[in-house]
Amino acid sequence: MTGLVFLIPIALGMGLIGLVAFQWALRSGQFDDPDGSALRILVDDDEPDRIL
Amino acid sequence: MMCAGCIAKIEHGLAANAGIISARVDFGAKQVRIAHLPEVELPQLVTMLDRLGFAAHPLAEAPPPDAEQRRLVSALAVAGFAWMNVMLLSVSVWSGAAGASKDMFHWLSALIAVPAIAWAGRPFFVSAWRALRRGRTNMDVPISIGVTLATAMSLYETATSGQHAWFDGAIMLLFFLLAGRVLDGAMRARARAGASALMEASAPGATILAADGSTRWVRADAITAGATMLVAAGERVAADGRIVAGESAVDASILTGESAPASLAVGDHLLAGMLNLGGPLTVEVTAAGEDRTIAGLARAMEDAGQHRSRYVRIADRASRLYAPAVHTLSVLTFAGWLLAGAGIYEALQIAVAVLIITCPCALGLAVPVAQVVASGALMRAGILVKDGSALERLAEADRVLLDKTGTVTLGRPQPVDLDRLRPEDRPAALALAQASTHPLSRSLARALAADGVVAARLSGVAEMAGEGMTGFDSDVPVRLGRPHGATHGDGSHVAFARGEGVQQIIVFADCLRPEAAAAVAGLGQLGLGSTLVSGDRLEAVSPVAHSLGITAIAEARPADKQALVERLGQGGARVLMAGDGLNDGPALAAAHVSIAPSSASDVGQQAADMVFTGDSLIAIPRAVRAACATQAVVQQNFLLAIGYNVLAVPLAMAGLVTPLIAALAMSLSSLIVVANSLRLAGVAK
Repeated sequence: MTGLVFLIPIALGMGLIGLVAFQWALRSGQFDDPDGSALRILVDDDEPDRIL
Repeated sequence: MMCAGCIAKIEHGLAANAGIISARVDFGAKQVRIAHLPEVELPQLVTMLDRLGFAAHPLAEAPPPDAEQRRLVSALAVAGFAWMNVMLLSVSVWSGAAGASKDMFHWLSALIAVPAIAWAGRPFFVSAWRALRRGRTNMDVPISIGVTLATAMSLYETATSGQHAWFDGAIMLLFFLLAGRVLDGAMRARARAGASALMEASAPGATILAADGSTRWVRADAITAGATMLVAAGERVAADGRIVAGESAVDASILTGESAPASLAVGDHLLAGMLNLGGPLTVEVTAAGEDRTIAGLARAMEDAGQHRSRYVRIADRASRLYAPAVHTLSVLTFAGWLLAGAGIYEALQIAVAVLIITCPCALGLAVPVAQVVASGALMRAGILVKDGSALERLAEADRVLLDKTGTVTLGRPQPVDLDRLRPEDRPAALALAQASTHPLSRSLARALAADGVVAARLSGVAEMAGEGMTGFDSDVPVRLGRPHGATHGDGSHVAFARGEGVQQIIVFADCLRPEAAAAVAGLGQLGLGSTLVSGDRLEAVSPVAHSLGITAIAEARPADKQALVERLGQGGARVLMAGDGLNDGPALAAAHVSIAPSSASDVGQQAADMVFTGDSLIAIPRAVRAACATQAVVQQNFLLAIGYNVLAVPLAMAGLVTPLIAALAMSLSSLIVVANSLRLAGVAK
């Protein structure tokens, strides 16, 4: 039984962290353009625009 | 825009220009948002994008970010989190936790569930309260009552260390219902993004000539009456006015539906929205902004669209019967148990169990899931559906009115007899046509390129406004443009001449869309009779109607079309209006349901419930068929949900339902409804 005192708060805390992370991601607009975000990872922003 | 390379090219390419602060591409909506210094004007931005290799159309106005959808997703996340944790605790209770640990689990559930229900249930509570205040009920009323009562009773149970708490049931219900709402909203958002991506602002502004001779680009809403406006060839007119210099062929099909361009000269009136095909015009503005004829049409459309808000969606119609039935049942249960000798507390407990078990979990998913799956299938087939109620209304349609120009026909001139152009002249003609932005040139270039002609290398290509293109093909002068001689005065002929040779005349005409006859026949098979309604002359309308085998009404003004739609509606017909132009706007808005091609004016696209991309008219019967199939699945879903209630309600009324049974029954019925809806994935084939 004493195990529950630790396990339940840990389980809830981990769930809450996930929830807060999701809300933050939603609010900062990370779900606004999912197709674009998937492609942006391929864009090399470190390179200066020499070619263009 | 196709790939990551395009994103980088646009963003970096734009940022390299002077005056551009930042550019951000929204890949999903195919839009780019540019922050720039005030001295950079709209046409320059379009030119910059053009130089990067992308054709850009300025949006009339930026769409606002969708805050409502974000709130729903956020509520869904909260409900999902709370549901999982409460379920974890409930499972321990069901598997035999007793005494102090059961009480602790119930208290923990309450701690998680009560704030989560208060937060995630807000969309339902707000909507139910709004309906009740106006003396009506909707689907949200039984939901709110059920959830609130279940939570209150569970709190009481927890405080008195009772046997059953229903927190998991209440939060599960909210989760499923929110999932339905989010799907519904996602469908609308997707269609809106698609439609606005196609939307071409007809004339966002014009070049204004100032008194000192300088020219300046001015947005359409900032133009004032009395100003002098320059309209180049190929440009749309931004304000009503009178021509003070120049003469030209003008395409007024957006306003009148008339396909042949009209020749206008000094003193003639121009209306906003007309397309200048020929030479440059200088126009004195007589009416701008809200006074324009085009704005009057937009207002007529808004008024005609009022009836749409009176349409009651199928889910709300069902809930009008459902909510009173459920509430009567649970009141009867309460009274029945009291009469049978049970205590008030026990009777109340069983009555609440009836409310929870009948809560329209599957019913809440029945409509949105089916409509989301169907509209996804339609979108892949090139038909954008703006909202779910459009599918419901489309399934009810029993009469079709078709506009001619731009709807049954392509709405753009096509070369009729390309064979008259000698094969050895085609490469040179293509090269000249490609270099011009004139609609006839572009059409000719498209047709020649489709025939496999490769453009010749010309030198010294130049465009003479109002005359055409000239160039040199291995030192022989070639010309493509307005025919010389009196016989070919109007704008739908183009001449090609090599050196001093005879000019070859190419005739242009508006053609039927591919599969137009098959589409009309398909609509007939579905039981929808078609009629052609056009603003064009009878001579132009009757051959089209004849080839489709339908009746036609010619020379109908926008108000006539709207009146016809309303008269048919009063006669009991449910009209599907298919149209594209501004002149169809009021009729599109007044019809029971409406569809527009993606080549339509932005007004037409905004007024219509659905937009189809691609040239083929077969999209219309396809959409009708998909809507009917969707409606059939929605009805099956309702039957499934009601069948589940028929099984579960007697159990609940007999007092046999525990939270465990309720949880199983609710998730099972929701899963069945979702699975049944997924059958619609191939509906648009």
